[in-house]
Amino acid sequence: MKTRFMHYVVVGAIAFAASITGPTSLHAEKLLRIANMGEPASLDPHFVSGVWENRIVGEIFLGLTTEAQDGSIIPGAAESWTISPDGRVYTFKLRDQIWSDGVKVTAEDFNYAYRRILAPETPAKYASLLYTIKNAEAFKRGDTKDLGVKAVDDKTLEITLEGPTPYFLAQLVHYTAYPVPKHVVEKFGKDWIKPGNIVSNGAYMVTEWVPNDHIKAVKNPKFYDAAKVKIDAVVWYPGEDRAQAQKRLRANEVDICTDFASDQIELLKRELPKETRIAPYQGMYFFTLNTTRKPFDNKNVRLALSMAVDRDVIANQVLKTGEIPAYGYVPPNTANYPELVSASFKTMSQKDRDAKAIELMKAAGYTPEKPLKLTISYNTSENHKKISIALASMWKKIGVEAELANAEVAVHYKNMEEANYDVARGGWIADYNDAQNFLFLVATSSGKLNYSRYSSPEFDWQMAEAAVTTDLKKRGEFLKKAETIAIADMPMIPIYYYVSKNLVSQKVIGWKDTSRDIHRIRWLDLAS
Amino acid sequence: MLRYITFRLLGAIPTMLLIITAAFFLMRVAPGGPFASERALPPEIEARILAHYKLDLPLWRQYFDYLSHILVGDFGPSFRVRDFTVFELLKTGFPVSLKLGVLALIVAAIFGMGAGIAAALRQNTRLDYLVMSSAMTGIAIPNFVMAPLLTLVLGVYLSWLPVGGWNDGAIRNMILPITALALPKIAYIARLTRGSMVETLRADYVRTARAKGLRARLVVLRHALKGALLPVVSYLGPAAAAIITGSVVIESIFDLPGIGRYFIQGALNRDYTLVMGAVIVYAGLIISLNLLVDIAYGFLDPKVKYDR
Repeated sequence: MKTRFMHYVVVGAIAFAASITGPTSLHAEKLLRIANMGEPASLDPHFVSGVWENRIVGEIFLGLTTEAQDGSIIPGAAESWTISPDGRVYTFKLRDQIWSDGVKVTAEDFNYAYRRILAPETPAKYASLLYTIKNAEAFKRGDTKDLGVKAVDDKTLEITLEGPTPYFLAQLVHYTAYPVPKHVVEKFGKDWIKPGNIVSNGAYMVTEWVPNDHIKAVKNPKFYDAAKVKIDAVVWYPGEDRAQAQKRLRANEVDICTDFASDQIELLKRELPKETRIAPYQGMYFFTLNTTRKPFDNKNVRLALSMAVDRDVIANQVLKTGEIPAYGYVPPNTANYPELVSASFKTMSQKDRDAKAIELMKAAGYTPEKPLKLTISYNTSENHKKISIALASMWKKIGVEAELANAEVAVHYKNMEEANYDVARGGWIADYNDAQNFLFLVATSSGKLNYSRYSSPEFDWQMAEAAVTTDLKKRGEFLKKAETIAIADMPMIPIYYYVSKNLVSQKVIGWKDTSRDIHRIRWLDLAS
Repeated sequence: MLRYITFRLLGAIPTMLLIITAAFFLMRVAPGGPFASERALPPEIEARILAHYKLDLPLWRQYFDYLSHILVGDFGPSFRVRDFTVFELLKTGFPVSLKLGVLALIVAAIFGMGAGIAAALRQNTRLDYLVMSSAMTGIAIPNFVMAPLLTLVLGVYLSWLPVGGWNDGAIRNMILPITALALPKIAYIARLTRGSMVETLRADYVRTARAKGLRARLVVLRHALKGALLPVVSYLGPAAAAIITGSVVIESIFDLPGIGRYFIQGALNRDYTLVMGAVIVYAGLIISLNLLVDIAYGFLDPKVKYDR
């Protein structure tokens, strides 16, 4: 009786074990699996606003310009263009291209798209990126029907700008400037983006989206450059757990992780040295000071606080992922910018900086015995916490008693926009490769986004001059003067310039570090 | 019995209403909103978005608007994901969580009861002590410690099982999550069963059965078990609830597209409608499960009568 029973148990166990070992099959198809760290809000380029969405939407649609393998700006849907002498009118000649359903891509698809995203009734969060187009802002408010975009004929698109905008071509790689298939949007309305309805002019077409599970896309055979596209299919996973994604890469279940937790760097350098990719990323991490509150309206107090920060310790001992200490607002390698601007105290040793800082604080009436009491606010994250703690301890010696306050990102940024803080952590990633995209953070006209509420007529004047200068070199000089003025006043304390963090399997071929961390799949290949 | 069930179902309605109201207002009390983000929106864009999602209406109007939609089964749009309605999101997520939860419960029940019965029958032997000490460990170690550990050993180092993903419900992908979910429950059920079984075995009616000369197996299975299972069955209701809520953590750890993850992401994103939808599903589930447990109890215990 017993042995018969055991017999069944053993057979059952073997059968079960056999059923769970995966089938070995040979896939000729090259499938790229990406842990994308986020679920997109939509496939519609007008309703997304994140970098993780860019990774998907930017594969389906091709804008007038696009990113090359090294991240530089190259012709996309536009084959060539001419710019008027005053820098205000761009005339694009579109290449011969069809949507994946065979319909021709025309200038009207672009005209329609811009009018759609800028329409007053469209709840598009990022539409303001296109405010460089003539009348775009007024059009959005519903004050005018006259927009500076015209489809001259099927293959010619004319865009008129508010003023000369040297970074306009760089702006066009952003998804806010993508075309949408007019014939599909008009036919299906809100459902045009559902797999089955959606059509692409980009290298890939989305075939399925299981919410919260994965999005799959296959190579678009009608893409104008399809012959050069090597990867047949892509899958993006939306899970946000970085530790989990890292494990999946190690188990060969995904090929790319688009982020990893900084505190894993030691382990990664040991276990996955070839897969760990760190590169300079166009972004600046800072702590902003609320100049509407005393004593942050005192320039010397602000300078003292900035000087006492040991940025090398933060970069090398707290973060350890190769972040670059920052003494200015505009990151290195920014286009059309003469050179990196740094605060004058960069050349001083940290000991001297601390001494000077103590002096400045004393003059303002603060010593370790009579300290300045303030609150450092940051949004929830291990790194922000560590850095804030470091700041608090570095400031102790110059006469500051700091309390820490942490809030969720939504709450934190709301407080910053309403100038409801003392010292607050912030970060800014470039929307486009231009110094203006960083310096606007301290411009009077930026309103809510000027968290520090810094207002300098000299600074604003230099920025205004830059805005109307077409000569890129002269413009760069104006911007540089502006940054020099602002950094001397120190309304925000720059801490470091960002780095992009990726884990890339050794099977992936063609991955190049780019300053905006964009790696279009049409340039990649997979080793078999 | 029918009257009892009807009564209970009717009583569930005010319960649900209370839950929905509490959840609705609590969510709004939390600072921040669905559209606050790192980039401040120009006023005309922000106004347009708020109007689109009716967030510019006074709170009580939003509440009644929501209620009226719920009554016809319209869970509303997700504030975060534009291409799917809350109903569509819940529809794809619910079968996953359900499958996971039910299987975990069944595994927990079978293994737990099996271990508990074996331990009770071999009381105070080595087997008994082994089962009980393992149970203690299983209860003590939280599943968010257990799960990553299992993943690391079985998934990364040994490559026996996938580290994560649902893969359309493939059995291989379910093994680790179910184990992680079930283990603490197996432990608890084992202890519960053992204790209850030991007591039942001492009862008068069991002694009668033995005295009648019935075979030992029959005594245990037909007579003692029914009585011993009463506490376990009552525990199954809360156990199911615990598994459902535990799945929130497990789904995040294993990258499974269930409703639990919507809770976390929805809460962090202030995706009011999505979280409300998840709350309603969970509340409905727990209310139904408790009702089922009470009905099962009525069948198991001849002393319990629901209708006068």
